[in-house]
Amino acid sequence: MRLLDIIQFTGQTLGRHRFRSAMTLVSMAIGVAAVVTLTGLGEGARGYVLGQFSFLGTDTLIMFPGRRETTGGMPPVTGSAARDITLADTRTLKRVVRGLEQVAPLVVGSATISYESRSRESVTIGTTASFFEIREIQMRRGKPLPDLPMEQAKNICVIGETLKTELFGNSPAIGKWLRVSDRRCRIIGLTEGRGDAFGMDLSDAVFIPVATAQSLFNTEALFRVFFKVKKNYSLTKVEQQLLQIMKERHQGELDVTLVRPDAMISTFNDLLLALTFAIVGIASISLLVAGILIMNITLISVTQRTREIGLLKAIGAPASQIRMLFLTEASLLALIGAVTGVLIGEALVFTGTRLFPDIPFRTPYWAIFSALAIAFATSTVFAYLPANRAAKLEPVNALSVK
Amino acid sequence: MKQVLGYDPKMIELSEICRTFYLGEQAVHALNKVNLRIEQGEYISVMGPSGSGKSTLLNAIGLLDRPNSGEYLIDNIATSSLKEEQRAAIRRDKIGFVFQSYHLIGRLSAQENIALPMVLAGVAPSQRDPAVKQVLAKLGLTDRAHHLPNQLSGGQRQRVAIGRAILMNPSILLADEPTGNLDSKSGAEVIEVLEQLNQQGITLLVVTHDGALGKRARRRIRMVDGKIVDDIRQ
Repeated sequence: MRLLDIIQFTGQTLGRHRFRSAMTLVSMAIGVAAVVTLTGLGEGARGYVLGQFSFLGTDTLIMFPGRRETTGGMPPVTGSAARDITLADTRTLKRVVRGLEQVAPLVVGSATISYESRSRESVTIGTTASFFEIREIQMRRGKPLPDLPMEQAKNICVIGETLKTELFGNSPAIGKWLRVSDRRCRIIGLTEGRGDAFGMDLSDAVFIPVATAQSLFNTEALFRVFFKVKKNYSLTKVEQQLLQIMKERHQGELDVTLVRPDAMISTFNDLLLALTFAIVGIASISLLVAGILIMNITLISVTQRTREIGLLKAIGAPASQIRMLFLTEASLLALIGAVTGVLIGEALVFTGTRLFPDIPFRTPYWAIFSALAIAFATSTVFAYLPANRAAKLEPVNALSVK
Repeated sequence: MKQVLGYDPKMIELSEICRTFYLGEQAVHALNKVNLRIEQGEYISVMGPSGSGKSTLLNAIGLLDRPNSGEYLIDNIATSSLKEEQRAAIRRDKIGFVFQSYHLIGRLSAQENIALPMVLAGVAPSQRDPAVKQVLAKLGLTDRAHHLPNQLSGGQRQRVAIGRAILMNPSILLADEPTGNLDSKSGAEVIEVLEQLNQQGITLLVVTHDGALGKRARRRIRMVDGKIVDDIRQ
């Protein structure tokens, strides 16, 4: 039989039983739409979470004082260690380690920020110009911290958007003198947006030069040091050098921790991917149910059309052709249903992106392809049994069925 | 299943054909050692009481049913050893069926019903369409080509079924009570069509209860209890 004839013949059969065909189609469409939509949601969630961490970049290393071995318990996040990381350490690392593009020391504390009669308790970050580059902090107005020598204190500051609005309202802030604890700093810039997430909203933070922060909080210790590795340099090699030098400087004891955000991101990625697969696995059950429905429909079709099968055999259709016709019928239904399902799923995902523009809902091609493949495969596998039954009918018996 | 071309014009030969059905413990010999030779172009009627084996004989000749024993040759092809796929091919190429209840497919138009054997055989539309048109014209159905079976009269339906049966130019046309569901006028029309085809050379075998119809055939076979009891030629 010619392909076009097969399709026409099958199409006429399906058209004859519109309601039945439509219901089968709907069940398959729902199954596929579920897979497509849920994959889209899962991928969206994954993309969103990864996006939250992406500012860290894959070429960044973060060092903080202390180590699990020296302090015990959880990996130190607060940074308590016998020996601090100092600006001198930072300077040496910057000079000695090959492959470092940026080094940004960080001192973090809380200080009372006030302007005229308004005052706020706010996160105060002592750092350098490099921090703005590593974290890609965008400026709304003015300039970021200038490229000063690390040890040089200067009474200047950059403030976040929220803090600016709270203290200044709509009036301009650049050039004004802000009181940070017991010091006065001139505002030279405004950062844009949230700055970054990662548990900290930098839009109500104050950035001051690192040396200024050290004297403000009366400490030598750095809270963190951020490193950006040059392109084409191995992160692992830079990591080894950094640890080696810190060990030498700290009397042979390794008491700092280096974190690679890319490792962290890939852990999150694995977790969320596993979650997506689990959801899709559950959604696939509906495809299985649709497959069983197709089997039943095919069975009904075979039973109702026994006489027709008898006739087709009488006028020369071999068993293989009868089987093929019923399989085509089932898989055509499944395929049309599946394509409809993909369209519905994509429409839902699209609606999702409209409702939550922040979350990158998107169904990956592998999900669409496998949903189509599973739909096609289940329909064929499940329809095989009834189709084979039709093929094996004796023409004489089939013709005489009333 | 190569065809042996020879002088021998015989086209159908049944020898010692037996077909037994079992109703519970009881064996029913629907065909009991039947021997029959049918030459090219014959017009045969098969008559007999219900249960005499007429339809079983027709099914055996039509390769719809397998005899329990005996040999059946069609155009010198021995059929007892053929596989089902090969039997289907012979049905397609050499045998045309006309049933009492037409067996048209309701969702297909008259033209599509007639074209069905060629569609199944994978004949290209460029060859198929002229053949179907020719058959439609021959049976006076040209203006009914796009009607569905339920829009046609009984006589027209049976003519569509005849069209489907002759599309592949079969060697033999097997008609099982072709007028059984028709009024006398339509029945007469259908018989006329079948006899015309026979005059054009096709072998015609009609199974019927209708004595008047049976008498029209040049060769009349009477069956009783699975045996041929009369075989009269005019």
